[in-house]
Order: sequence, then C-alpha cells, then structure tokens
Amino acid sequence: MSPEATETAAAGEIKGRSPWALSWHRLRRDRVAMLSLTVIAAILLMAVFAPVVAAVTGHPPNTQYHSAGLTPDGLPRGPNSTFWLGTDDLGRDLLVRIAYGARVSLLVGVAATALAVLVGVVVGLAAGFFGGVIDTILARFVDVVLSFPFLLFAISLVSITGPSLGISILVIGLFSWASVARIVRGQVLSVREREFVEAARSLGASSWRIMVIDILPNVLAPVIVYTSLLIPVVIVTQATLSFLGLGIPPPTADWGGMIATAQNYYTTAWWYILFPGLALLVTTLAFNLFGDGVRDAFDPRARPTLSMRPGRPS
Amino acid sequence: MIRFVVRRTLLGAVVMWLITLLVFGMFFIAPNNVAETLAGKQATPETVALISHRLGLDRPLLEQYGDFLWNALHGNLGYDYYHGQSVTSMLAAAAPVSISLALGAAVIWTLLGVTNGVVSAVRPGSAVDRGLTFFALFFYSMPSFLLGLLLLTVFYYRFTLAGLDWFPAAGYAPLSAGVGEWARHLVLPWIALAMLSAAIYTRLTRGAMLDALGEDYIRTARSKGITERRVVLRHGLRSALTPVVTQLGIDLGTVVGGLVVTETVFGLPGLGKTSVDAINNQDLPVIIGVVLVTSAAVVIASIVVDIAYAVLDPRVRLN
Repeated sequence: MSPEATETAAAGEIKGRSPWALSWHRLRRDRVAMLSLTVIAAILLMAVFAPVVAAVTGHPPNTQYHSAGLTPDGLPRGPNSTFWLGTDDLGRDLLVRIAYGARVSLLVGVAATALAVLVGVVVGLAAGFFGGVIDTILARFVDVVLSFPFLLFAISLVSITGPSLGISILVIGLFSWASVARIVRGQVLSVREREFVEAARSLGASSWRIMVIDILPNVLAPVIVYTSLLIPVVIVTQATLSFLGLGIPPPTADWGGMIATAQNYYTTAWWYILFPGLALLVTTLAFNLFGDGVRDAFDPRARPTLSMRPGRPS
Repeated sequence: MIRFVVRRTLLGAVVMWLITLLVFGMFFIAPNNVAETLAGKQATPETVALISHRLGLDRPLLEQYGDFLWNALHGNLGYDYYHGQSVTSMLAAAAPVSISLALGAAVIWTLLGVTNGVVSAVRPGSAVDRGLTFFALFFYSMPSFLLGLLLLTVFYYRFTLAGLDWFPAAGYAPLSAGVGEWARHLVLPWIALAMLSAAIYTRLTRGAMLDALGEDYIRTARSKGITERRVVLRHGLRSALTPVVTQLGIDLGTVVGGLVVTETVFGLPGLGKTSVDAINNQDLPVIIGVVLVTSAAVVIASIVVDIAYAVLDPRVRLN
C-alpha cells in the first residue's frame, strides 16, 4: 500500500495540513525565532510610533537644543533625565533620532529586499523555464552582476545621482536580485521536468499559466528563506552607504549616518556611537536569528550552515 | 582540460568587457559637470570649454571609449583630472596596502573559522557548539564599520588612555618599515575585516564537517582504532575543506567592498580609500580604474576557483 493510501484510510481522524501550515507550526515552536520576532515587532512599533516618542520626550527629531542639549564647550550631553539617551553633536535628542532612524532602516530593508526578490524571481523563472538563448543571456548577465564590486558601484552611482531614500532602495535592490535569480533558476530547472508540469502542458495550459500556477508555488520555499536572510544584509548595506555619506541626506535621522558623525566624538561622547550602533546591531541580529528559524521551518532538510546566505553585505 | 581553461578565460574576458561598457556608460550618460567644477565658480564658458577639450571630454563618446579601451589594454588607465597623475601608478601605489589588508584578514578568518567549525562539529548540540553558533551569528550581524569603530574605541582610545600605546588610530606602515611596525598598523583593520567572514566560515566548516563525519569511511577509520584526533583532522577535515577552499577563492575577489569600509574607518591609503576619495571628487578616470581593477580581481579569482575545483574534484564535469 502506498503512503498516500494509508493516509486516506486514516483521514477520518487526522486533519490534513498543507506544507505551509506545517512550516508555520514549526516556526511557532522555535523559541529563538519567536523571541527575535518579538524584538523585530518592537523595533517596528518604535518606527511606526516615532512621533509618539518625540511627543513623550517633547523633542522633535530635528530640533537642536543649543543650551540644554550641549555642554558649555559645545559637546554632546550624556544620558540624563531630559535626554534619556543623551544628545548628538548638534544638541538633538538621540532617543528620538534613533526611533526615527528605525523608519529608514526598516523601510529600505523591506522595500529593497522586495525589489530584489521581485526582479530575481522574474529573471530566474524566465531563465529556467524558457531555457536556450534566453537562459544563456540571463545567466551570463547574472554572472556579470555577481562579479561586480557592488559597494564601489553603488557609491559611484549615488555620487552621480546624489543621495536619497529612493536611490538607496533602487541601488541596493538592483544589485541584490542576482542571487535570488540564480536560486530560482536552479529550482525551476528541476521542477519543470516533473510530471505535473507535463500534465499541465498536455492539458493545454499556456506557458504563462504553467509558470505562475504550477512552477512558482513549488520554488517559493527557498525564496522565502532567502528573503528573510536578505533583509538584514540590506539593512547593513543601507547603513554602510549612509556611513560613507551616501545614504539619506541630513537632517533626516538614520543609523548609519548617526554612527558616521559619532565617530568624530567617540573619545568624548560614548553614548553617541553606542546607542545607534546597538540599535543597528540588535535589529540585524534579530532578523538573522529569525531568518535562521524560517530556514529551519521551511527547509528542514537543509543543514544549518550560512552557505546559502546572501554574500557579504559590502 | 585545456579547452575548459580557454573557455573559462574567454568568458571572463567577455564579462570584463561588459563591465567596461557598464562603467563607462554609467559615468558618461549621467550629467557630468567635471569641467565646470574644475574651472571654478567664476569661469567663463570659454574656460570651461577649454578644460573640457583638454580632458578630451568634448570628443564623440565612442571615440573616448575606444581610446580608453585601447589604452587600458596597454596598461594605461588614463590620468586623474586634478593633478594629471597616472591612474595606473596611483593604483600601483595603493594596491600593496589593500593586498596586505586582504591577505592578512583572509588568514585570520580562515584559521578562526575553520577551527571554530571543527570544534563545533565534533560535539554538535553541545554548549560549545551553541556558543560558537551565537558567536557566528553575532559577527555575521555586525556591520564591519561598526566593529572597526568599536575596536578603535577600545584598543586605540582606551588602551592609549591606560598608557598602552600599542595600536595607532590610523595610517599604514609599509613592509620596508619592518614586519612588526607593518603588523601593528594592520592588526585592528585585519580583525575588523575578518570577523564577518570568520562567522561565515565557522558555519560553512561546521556543516561540511558534520557531513564528512557521517560518512562510512569515518566509521571504518574509527573501527581501525585510529585516535579520534586523527580521524577528525586527517579524515574528516580533509574532505570538509573543499567547500571552504571554494568560498575562499570567491571571497578574496569580493573582499573589495569590505576594503572600502575598513580603509575608510582606519584611514589606510589603499584602493578602497582611493576610490572613495575619487568618488567624492568626481575624478572619473580614477573611479573607472579602481572599478576595473577590482572587477578583474573578482573575475580572475572566480576563474582560478573553477579551475582549482575541476582539478581537485574529479567529479566536476568540464562542460
């Protein structure tokens, strides 16, 4: 008797669960993943309610407090009852600016990742499904993009266009899709020879329908895993661009830019570099731990290595 | 085999050519006002035109590209806009700094990563393994510029305050100044650059070792009464090293991005710093030169890895 038949026989008591439900169930039971999800939710709340943080402290993010926020020598003030995490070099409230900075990190992290995944899935699907000349051209193009020193290219491009939020998303997104495309292509190559694709074709389904309805759902699991691991890499890349002065133009608060200015004050104002740095580190760590949980849940056969992780962020 | 090498090299050349097109196109399609910048605020249009002419920027685009490609093939990457210095010699001066930084960091991350990975894999699930896993994720999550600044705060600032003048805040000392002096200037940058990869190699080695230690020949080796140490290091590690070697080849090419950040944080006059300075000045020949040289490093490293892989692993098919 085949396993399917056994299952049908027992179906009276046992509720069938889809692979997605099973993965979700596994993820729910992963305590580290749930804890990091809580941290991510907290950072998200901080970003969404940044204006509330500003209202509670009474300090708008870009207001400079020249007398209350700076020492008589014009240096940042350490944490105190007015400025809970201290002030920056212009006498602005560090806590409020960190809350606003979370908006930039999360927005770029999610938007650039979404762009990369979208482009990568489309290119990977097309290359794997159509094969032949299309595949050769697309695969070579992926090779070129992957062999490009990304950070150099990104900073050159931003130096031409001038830094902005949109440019950051575009540059990071358009240079992160290649690995997604490579993964999807590999999956499509193995799925497209399977019987159910042949069945769909013999029923007269169009290429378009086969790609979207039959193949895409079967290659989604590794894409989801890769997406969750790509977000923290994108956040670090965005912070790196900002650190190099090519992220978000001032006075908008963002963590990389804050750390860049803070490096001139690390001898006099430890809080200035510590708190934005901690915010960035906790965020990427939480996303990475969560991504690990997602991988274990959605791809339990994969051995726990960092080998399929996105390349070095810089 | 020879056919494979030739094919792979030709492919690399095509990739390089595409990169020259991309870089050249990017800078010349974008609005380019370098002549105005150089001429200064009060310059007459004639001065601007003269400067533009002297830099060759008024010639047809295709002609500029042709000249650029021809010269590049002869090892001449042009002259920088501001001092007329040869880009090739600028890059040749900066390269030893970057190579010292990259190779030293590579030694650290390989030794640290492989050791941690082996220790992790010998007792999977143990406290040591879980500790090293967290260590790996921690440094994987740590932006390298942040790590660099933390190192400077502790090992330069705090140590110097405490009277331990061990590490400089910035700068580079060439090997000719003595190995000690050279290493003293590079220790902190090496660590800042190496930890991310050390994290990746820890996990990579752990996975490969776990696979290797589950193989039948390991059981055979054990049943022959060989010491566990020998089983792990001689039999297990040897086969687990193949993916590590592959990764190493790829990383030596792509370490360029890390160089940009590390050299900026530590004020090292290498290729990364040169390129950031050139980008801030819109000094196109220098930017193009750095991008080309570093892309070439990536392309060559990937060719070497593919060939080494084919030589080391007879199962790899050469087409």
